[in-house]
Amino acid sequence: MMQVNSSAFKEIAHKALHDDQLQEALGLLRTNFGDARATAVERLPEFGALRNAGRDIRNHTLENLDHYLEAWEVKATEQGAIVHWARDGEEARRIILGLCRSVDAKLMAKSKTMISEEIALNPFLEDEGIEVIETDLGEYILQLADEPPSHVIGPAIHKTKEQVADLFRDSHAALDPARRLVEISDMVGEARQVLRERYFEADVGLTGANFLIAETGSSVIVTNEGNGDLSQGLAKMHIVLATIDKVIPTLNDLATVLRLLARSATGQEMAAYTTLSTGPRRTDAEGGPESCHVVILDNGRTGWLGTPFQEALRCVRCGACMNHCPVYGAVGGHAYGWVYPGPIGAVLTPALVGIERARHLPNASTFCGRCESVCPMRIPLPKLMREWRRQEFESKIQPLRQRFGLAFWRWLAQRPVLYRWATAIAVHGMRLLARDGRIRRLPLAGAWTSVRDMPAPARRSFQSQWKGRK
Amino acid sequence: MSARDDILAKVRAGIGRKPGTDRGPRPVPAPIPARGQVEGEARLVLFTKQAEAVAATVVRIPDMAALPAAVSNYLAGQNLPAAIMATADTDFDTVPWNTQAMLEITRGTPGIADQVCLAQAAAGIAETGSLVMTANADNPHMASFVPETAVVVLRASRIEGTLDDAMARLRVTGDLPRAVSLISGPSRTGDIALKIELGAHGPRRVHIVIVDEPEAA
Repeated sequence: MMQVNSSAFKEIAHKALHDDQLQEALGLLRTNFGDARATAVERLPEFGALRNAGRDIRNHTLENLDHYLEAWEVKATEQGAIVHWARDGEEARRIILGLCRSVDAKLMAKSKTMISEEIALNPFLEDEGIEVIETDLGEYILQLADEPPSHVIGPAIHKTKEQVADLFRDSHAALDPARRLVEISDMVGEARQVLRERYFEADVGLTGANFLIAETGSSVIVTNEGNGDLSQGLAKMHIVLATIDKVIPTLNDLATVLRLLARSATGQEMAAYTTLSTGPRRTDAEGGPESCHVVILDNGRTGWLGTPFQEALRCVRCGACMNHCPVYGAVGGHAYGWVYPGPIGAVLTPALVGIERARHLPNASTFCGRCESVCPMRIPLPKLMREWRRQEFESKIQPLRQRFGLAFWRWLAQRPVLYRWATAIAVHGMRLLARDGRIRRLPLAGAWTSVRDMPAPARRSFQSQWKGRK
Repeated sequence: MSARDDILAKVRAGIGRKPGTDRGPRPVPAPIPARGQVEGEARLVLFTKQAEAVAATVVRIPDMAALPAAVSNYLAGQNLPAAIMATADTDFDTVPWNTQAMLEITRGTPGIADQVCLAQAAAGIAETGSLVMTANADNPHMASFVPETAVVVLRASRIEGTLDDAMARLRVTGDLPRAVSLISGPSRTGDIALKIELGAHGPRRVHIVIVDEPEAA
């Protein structure tokens, strides 16, 4: 499993706030992805109804997941794919290694898959002597930089173009050192040139899957670069790595979720490439892989079924929740310390690595609700983060001071008379501390007031004003 | 217990599946956006508008006899060499290529050195301006991904209104080909500083030639 750094959320977030280059990159995210989504949604009057339909399709599939997984398996096998099941990352890695060995593979061309990050596939294969080349430009940049992704669809958004230029100069030693590497187009061209030969050399092409279609036995990848197609289309063997939650029933369901996916992700109406892959090549003349293997991974997801977290399995990894999250927008993806950042990461990471290792994440939310309001699958992300907070409290893993504080609050909030009396005193005390309507230092809230002032409370609380109006 | 049986048993336990029970009823069908539900000329206009919106270029010709001139004009306009690799699609066999003396035609599957490839689309989708490319011996999957410039012939009669119509068309032929690609414009990436650049790994240019004449029955 990829190393979990989620317990260092506070430290990494603190550094991120003072990282000017990162802050510049995050600013672009709000304008380029956030605004683009709003425009795309405006242009499709049926968008809201489609979100309901997408949610219902995914709910129906999850409620009948055994049926659809088996139906998909029957069809995929009939079409010549070989289906492998893996309970966890270790099993999946072993299966993939075995497949690579069976064709004596030296080089794997790999299209972006978040699941492969989840199970730390690359270091495992490299240790076994199989070279892995990431072909998605963002993932390729991160492979050169030896960094984890910081966003589910723009893995390298935290890098500036100058950082990428330096990285390319260091890594592409065979190219002319005097070459021009100033504009982004220069860098995209260079990556294209370098990776092009590798596609033709690769023995195995590994892709993820945005969806599996039960009706046809297909796997579907959605990309903008075309790297996923080149990875699978030029190698001897195509390996698909997918988790159990990816299955949808029919081609029409695919049409529905496609209308939601790209709009939510980048504000595109469709990504440049949506490819349905079904089995191996049918004839030698058409080319394409001689064999096709699909590895279906659970990695703990079956444990979420029948719990509140079943709803998180609707996720299509569009990234809209992080594009619209004020916390993600301030600290970036690396602060979350594992594969999935942002609000969906705050829900998935505790489920995948344990709440004790990721307890900061569901707390790193203002509960403003923007994530839920843009989620194409209407996943109630704040509700699920709140559920983690509840489990965190019940499992007694918070520091004592925090637990006592919360316990005291609960005790107080359940006693209305006492509560009103206590808040009236607190308001009075805070007003005494205020100068010109601002409180600059507040006992027990030093962390807050060390970086900003707190506005002085109104003379009368909302509750007493409300009572007065009746 | 095999991993398969173990995972499926956990799924059944999780969703509370009782032995011998069938799957629940499907939800009501999803709405199909009104935008793509247009016929005839309006559908062609929508397809063209949507394809151009994703940075593809589109021309329309009356029949396949006009294809050589359309290809030559496009290559000249883009300052590209007058050489093209055309797929083995039998529809290209009878095209009067000799009407363009300067145009060099080779047939087959494009390799790493081929700059421009000509292929034929199985369908088009007006709703999204997408091409539907189905992999077979006539039009291999890689013909639309390897070259820098993809020139694609699309019969007007094959342009469907909506994504759902295109899915229905795929379903008619029974099992799917190994690869079906819905292609919406050229390859692109926003992976460096979120600035969109065309031609990441797939074609930098996608030129669509709509042919009004339907294919011979």
